[in-house]
Amino acid sequence: MDYDTLLQLLASTVRLATPLILACIAGLYSERSGIFDIGLEAKMLVAAMCSGAVAYASGSAWVGLMAGIGGSMVFAAIHGVASITFRGNQLISGVALNFLASGITVLVAQSLFRQGGRTPPLSGDARFNPIDLPGADALQGVPILGPFYHEVVSGHSILVYAAFAVVVLTWWVLSRTRFGLRLRAVGENPAAVDTSGISVTGLRYAAVMITGVLCGLAGAYMATALQAGFGKEMTAGRGYIALAALIFAKWRPVAALWACLLFGFFQALALRPDVVEGVLHFKVPGPFLDALPYILTVLVLAGFVGKAIPPRAGGQPYVKER
Amino acid sequence: MANAEVEGRPGVAAPPDSPYAIELKGISKAFGPVQANRDINISVPKGTIHGIIGENGAGKSTLMSILYGFYRADSGEIFINGRLTAIPDSQSAIRAGIGMVFQHFKLVQNFTVLENVILGVEDGPMLRTSLAKARAELERLSRDYELDVDPDALIEDLSVGHQQRVEILKALYRQAEILILDEPTGVLTPAEADHLFRILKGLKEQGKTIVLITHKLREIMEATDNVSVMRRGTMVDTVKTAATSAEQLAELMVGRKVLLEVSKGPAHPGEVVLSVENLQVRDEHGVDRLKGVSFEIRAGEILGIAGVAGNGQSELLAVLGGMLEPGNRASGRVVLEGGQIALQGRGADGQSRRRAGIAHVPEDRQHFGLILDFTAWENVAFGYYNEPEYQKNALFMDNDALRDDTRRKMEKFDVRPPDCWLPAKSFSGGNQQKIVVAREIEQNPDLLLVGQPTRGVDIGAIEFIHKQIVALRDAGKAILLVSVELDEILSLSDRIAVMFDGRIMGFRDPEATNEAELGLLMAGIAGNGEAA
Repeated sequence: MDYDTLLQLLASTVRLATPLILACIAGLYSERSGIFDIGLEAKMLVAAMCSGAVAYASGSAWVGLMAGIGGSMVFAAIHGVASITFRGNQLISGVALNFLASGITVLVAQSLFRQGGRTPPLSGDARFNPIDLPGADALQGVPILGPFYHEVVSGHSILVYAAFAVVVLTWWVLSRTRFGLRLRAVGENPAAVDTSGISVTGLRYAAVMITGVLCGLAGAYMATALQAGFGKEMTAGRGYIALAALIFAKWRPVAALWACLLFGFFQALALRPDVVEGVLHFKVPGPFLDALPYILTVLVLAGFVGKAIPPRAGGQPYVKER
Repeated sequence: MANAEVEGRPGVAAPPDSPYAIELKGISKAFGPVQANRDINISVPKGTIHGIIGENGAGKSTLMSILYGFYRADSGEIFINGRLTAIPDSQSAIRAGIGMVFQHFKLVQNFTVLENVILGVEDGPMLRTSLAKARAELERLSRDYELDVDPDALIEDLSVGHQQRVEILKALYRQAEILILDEPTGVLTPAEADHLFRILKGLKEQGKTIVLITHKLREIMEATDNVSVMRRGTMVDTVKTAATSAEQLAELMVGRKVLLEVSKGPAHPGEVVLSVENLQVRDEHGVDRLKGVSFEIRAGEILGIAGVAGNGQSELLAVLGGMLEPGNRASGRVVLEGGQIALQGRGADGQSRRRAGIAHVPEDRQHFGLILDFTAWENVAFGYYNEPEYQKNALFMDNDALRDDTRRKMEKFDVRPPDCWLPAKSFSGGNQQKIVVAREIEQNPDLLLVGQPTRGVDIGAIEFIHKQIVALRDAGKAILLVSVELDEILSLSDRIAVMFDGRIMGFRDPEATNEAELGLLMAGIAGNGEAA
């Protein structure tokens, strides 16, 4: 494999990892607050459909993005009401939302556009187009680093850079701010938060809604940047892969970034069977390559990465007791 | 959020320089049908250590949770420093200068000490300044009050005693002038407890007011200035500690009630059924809960274990019933009908005990005696569903047989309503207990363990349950009765053993003893020799 192929592979990794990173950090907020969320998939799918449809109608990717975030936040709010206010089972709420999203997105897209459950293809300003970072062309002559900057770092849509910024921001919020301290506390021991005179309910709703915003970004990226429009089940289990990455990363933001890049790398490999064959000198069946990220997910969830201790109060509705 | 303070109402002249830190007037609180607090009045002078003592379930913790805004009283008024104060939530309590150290600590395990201390009282949206300020303040507090803890240590790495100090530091950092401690020594070793009391005395000297909730008489006598005694949701008396004695307090706690008459003839003890030698239990914190207990029970005999709750009775029942908590270590020798039984590990589970002929009416029927959401007949089947008479064939249980059996037991034990399809939670406390007692007694065990058989049970059911226990004795079975109700022990037992601090203080004949003598033993004041 030559250097150019490697760079192509890495650039593809970054693009494919972006929705994972956004969804994974989304899940991180919710789960660090003690609310398990297996409905990341649902929120991404709803956001993808909303953003695809609205971006087409308005011709603006930004308006589409807002619609995507809005749709995702509605689903986040439902999960919040079910699991915080009514103290329901968080897994059941998540599963229900996944089913609902899977059906309703196709139904709405079909009834709006009559294109077999897809939204019409987006072009021009209705998509987030790649942006060239300053100096990308000028520095291309610098050995090794120049092409890397040009291919891998530069030339992505703004949402890709947003995803990396979100990781750093989240690390800073969790470790350096009052909100982060309280968020971590409420996922570990809500009684400690309650007896300190802070609202457990308020904190958890805040976390769940942040999850909604970030899933909205992830879904909108799928429909308006990675691809050009919404298609049925286009998230293809990325919500679950993001959860696996979250566990892999032991609920820490920077580790989550690396975990998502690893999953993204496997997805990128699946798109380039020729590269795999070139390196391994035998033909790996295509379906096996396609399955790699999911196999990795299963391995992670089966506990092959060592003991991952989730937030101690995760999954348990808070009931006040002495 | 409601306003924390209600200004003194016109006409109610509340002196701002009241001598009392806390005054509670007519506080009542009910949880469903259970009256946890009934018309409680109490005044705690400033700068004193005030003990509140009472049995488990007497309402002490409920009262203090009301004061800390965790529950709202149904009626009554709270005055803090002479001023009428509404405490609708914990934040109001903190603002009124009240700090609470709960029995189960409210700490975030994987946070540092500093992070736990500032949680909820951060100085701004950024942590850096708060942490620096808290570090300096903790240094001062630990110097002033012997409260040294490493501010950067993770809570999960600290001993229980140190975790408790963090809770106290949390309260002091929130400028608490009134500190409430709920059963603070339950999890401490004696040395840690002594250290805690030194800390509390230091706090008192600085003018803080301390409320100490406990059921341990020794602590009250050692540490407090005044003591209030609670019993069954009411405040029985408040006295100066110097003017009372452990015996008097024990008597007040347990109460002198009219003896319930139990008609029973003389016992005819037969062979030894259970023999216990030097039984010891050490819990996961290394605290000795049983310190070498020995006794025998004969067939046709009721041995009553008296004592203030928390002196090892629960652990005794747990180890004999095969329900010892994981982490507890037991040693000693227990012989049932000539065969030694395992104390832990294989053969020390409830199922093996039942097969060996030990039935168990556990102290906490709602957690260990019943599954509240399951029907009566399912509950009656528990522990015995493997018996051959309930098997239809090799694969299936005979549920009809189980239900018929339950109907018969419900009728015999007068369980109301006699509907075997009703979930256990739909029955009253007395009828729930009858279901448990029916299940255990009707198996015709050689040895029956009974813990608090009539706690939360109405008078009619008490009488009925007592009769059944006596009938089992007259059928030649051995019975170990554990109760904190002294009159129950006195009226049912053929022999009484009094436990204190994990030991048996002495054996007494119920005909030849009285509450005063038992009260002395319960308070840990040694009796005159063993009279078995």
